[in-house]
Amino acid sequence: MLVGGVDVGSTQTKAVVMDDARLLGRAIVDTGVRLTDAAGAAFRRALQTAGAREADVACVIGTGYGRFRVEFGHAQVTEISCHARGAVYLFPGTRSVLDIGGQDTKAIRVSETGQVLDFSMNDKCSAGTGRFLGAASQALEIPLGELGPLALRAKNPVTMTTTCTVFAESEILGWLARGRKTEDVLMGVHAAIASRSLSLLRRVGIEPEVTFTGGVARNVAMVKLLAELTGVPLNVSEESHYCGAIGAALYALDRMLVGAEAASGGGGGPS
Amino acid sequence: MSKDAGPGGPTMAETTTRIGFIRNEGRRLMDRWWQEMTAADAAGRPTAYVFVMGSLDEILRVFDLPINCPEITSLQTAVRGRSLEYLQTAEGYGYSPDICGYVKADVGLQLKDRRHPNGTVPKPALAIATNMCNTYIKWAEIWEQMYHCPVFVLDLPAWRGGDAAPRLDSDAFRNDRRYVEGQLRDLIGLCERLTGRRFDIDRLREAMAEVNRMAAAYHAVLALNRHRPAPFSAIREGIVFQGISNLYRGAPEGSRFFEGAAEELRERIHLGMGTLNEKYRLLLTGTTCYAALKRFAELFEEWGGVFVHSTYMVFAGGGFASDFAYDVSRPIESLAETLLLSAWRGFSTPMFYAQDWLAETVRDWSVDGICFHGVKSCRTTSTGLPDVREWLRTHFDIPGLFIQSDLVDPRMWSDAQLKNRIDAFIESLAGRRATGSNEAANAAR
Repeated sequence: MLVGGVDVGSTQTKAVVMDDARLLGRAIVDTGVRLTDAAGAAFRRALQTAGAREADVACVIGTGYGRFRVEFGHAQVTEISCHARGAVYLFPGTRSVLDIGGQDTKAIRVSETGQVLDFSMNDKCSAGTGRFLGAASQALEIPLGELGPLALRAKNPVTMTTTCTVFAESEILGWLARGRKTEDVLMGVHAAIASRSLSLLRRVGIEPEVTFTGGVARNVAMVKLLAELTGVPLNVSEESHYCGAIGAALYALDRMLVGAEAASGGGGGPS
Repeated sequence: MSKDAGPGGPTMAETTTRIGFIRNEGRRLMDRWWQEMTAADAAGRPTAYVFVMGSLDEILRVFDLPINCPEITSLQTAVRGRSLEYLQTAEGYGYSPDICGYVKADVGLQLKDRRHPNGTVPKPALAIATNMCNTYIKWAEIWEQMYHCPVFVLDLPAWRGGDAAPRLDSDAFRNDRRYVEGQLRDLIGLCERLTGRRFDIDRLREAMAEVNRMAAAYHAVLALNRHRPAPFSAIREGIVFQGISNLYRGAPEGSRFFEGAAEELRERIHLGMGTLNEKYRLLLTGTTCYAALKRFAELFEEWGGVFVHSTYMVFAGGGFASDFAYDVSRPIESLAETLLLSAWRGFSTPMFYAQDWLAETVRDWSVDGICFHGVKSCRTTSTGLPDVREWLRTHFDIPGLFIQSDLVDPRMWSDAQLKNRIDAFIESLAGRRATGSNEAANAAR
């Protein structure tokens, strides 16, 4: 039985197609302003990579901020529940999850079944989220994918005094104007985000194993910094970016196997 | 309504229904209070500005001084969807966005010639502040500077000692009580000079007896929400209860309101008319966001989440602790004593040392989860919320949601982010219920 999960995030939309609990196909597209279109495009591409047809998919769950715009979906589940579920799928020993997304950072404590026990998120501000790295990428004119490796070359990292995404650009330029090396400034940017993330993790309690999910999990400097700060190695999967979509697909599978109650973290969705 | 109430119960034909009393009488009393405020302004009648914690309305009633509660008028600008214009007026005058939203909405109101969406508030002839909130004194000083009115600051020392309950028979408490009694006599003298009237201690006894009556009825109302399903929402009806308990403190209409409210709630229970679709019983810590009052409730209610109690209904609902009762045979002493105890409870119990009170309320009101609402512009009610949440989670496995917005500032309301957090919290409550975690946690408490 095929199921799908579509994670419409603020920056990117991720979709997966699964056969029972096996990941068959995945795709990622920029979300843009047309959320429904992005959801459809990501899902169609995921179907292509899985070699499947839409008609073969029994159930699709939408997640992420745009979850209610997955119009072909059968239900919606928050990305907090989905990341928890996805992380335990990828690493069954997971008890803590850190997800750094485009506008949200979330720390989640999970049960062995992937149920959310507690969570904590950044407040009404994108400080300490992936968008902060985006601002650095823009200010330094360095592609996002190159930020981590470059930051790891830092010898004398700066201390960023702001975590405000808007003010980050001016502070970065200020450090460069004072003659600091690009990699030192970049490491300062990473450290600022890692520090904020650590606070969130502490609020829910850091319990090994810790799994790092979301787009920023692909950043090697961030993985290294967080492992140092938490004192435990971090699980990072090749599929980390798809963790929310995987969780959504697993809830879709639940829905088909045990009914709608289990398909929204056990809740059945808003009445 | 012709529906039979059920086996053994009265039919609607046999009784006069109280359904609708809370809404209708609450509205009538609020409208009347605004009419009195507007009339007092037009007539230039002396009015006292007071705060909900430590209003001393019992003494002011002896001198027939009407009260204006700026915390209530400020939150009403938000409920009416008009707070932003008042906030921006204050900010345009130079007040920082970080300052308490209630203060700024009130400053905006004063700068707009005291014209409120609901009427006009009179100028203060007297302002009374206490140290129960660290903003009160500076707020009262604004009025002092604007209107050159006297500001009476009641210093309540009983909250020292953290979470240790004050011992009434201790020398320290007796000294504190005498200290407060002296201040109350100073206030009485000030009111005599201000109004030209002699103090009548029997009228004080009457007002205090009326407050006792209101407190008893208020407790009955709160206790009725232990019923499943809860007959009222601590947000929707709660705001009415807070308004009446403060504005009609010591007035027979106020006592009658809560007695009538209890009757209506009993009838709701009898008729099975509790809050609709109750799936999860919730407790609110801190205030709601008055700029999104309905939406705040809806975000939980669409999942069947119902607020059955709130800390605000305790510390801003007349300070009526469970054993609240004045001894009218020794009015000044009893008033001082109760103020000290209220100050200790106001600070320590539902606010800074909330964990025990919250754990008891979770048990007694069968609460499934607690929403900790941090208020961006109020450090007093927000400080410590994450710590209390953590303590309750680790000690009692009580699930808690931490969200942030503001009292009255709609710019601090971020709907998508709040919805996401609330949805996830309810999903986790549902997951706990599915696996029996709640039952296990309750059994362990």
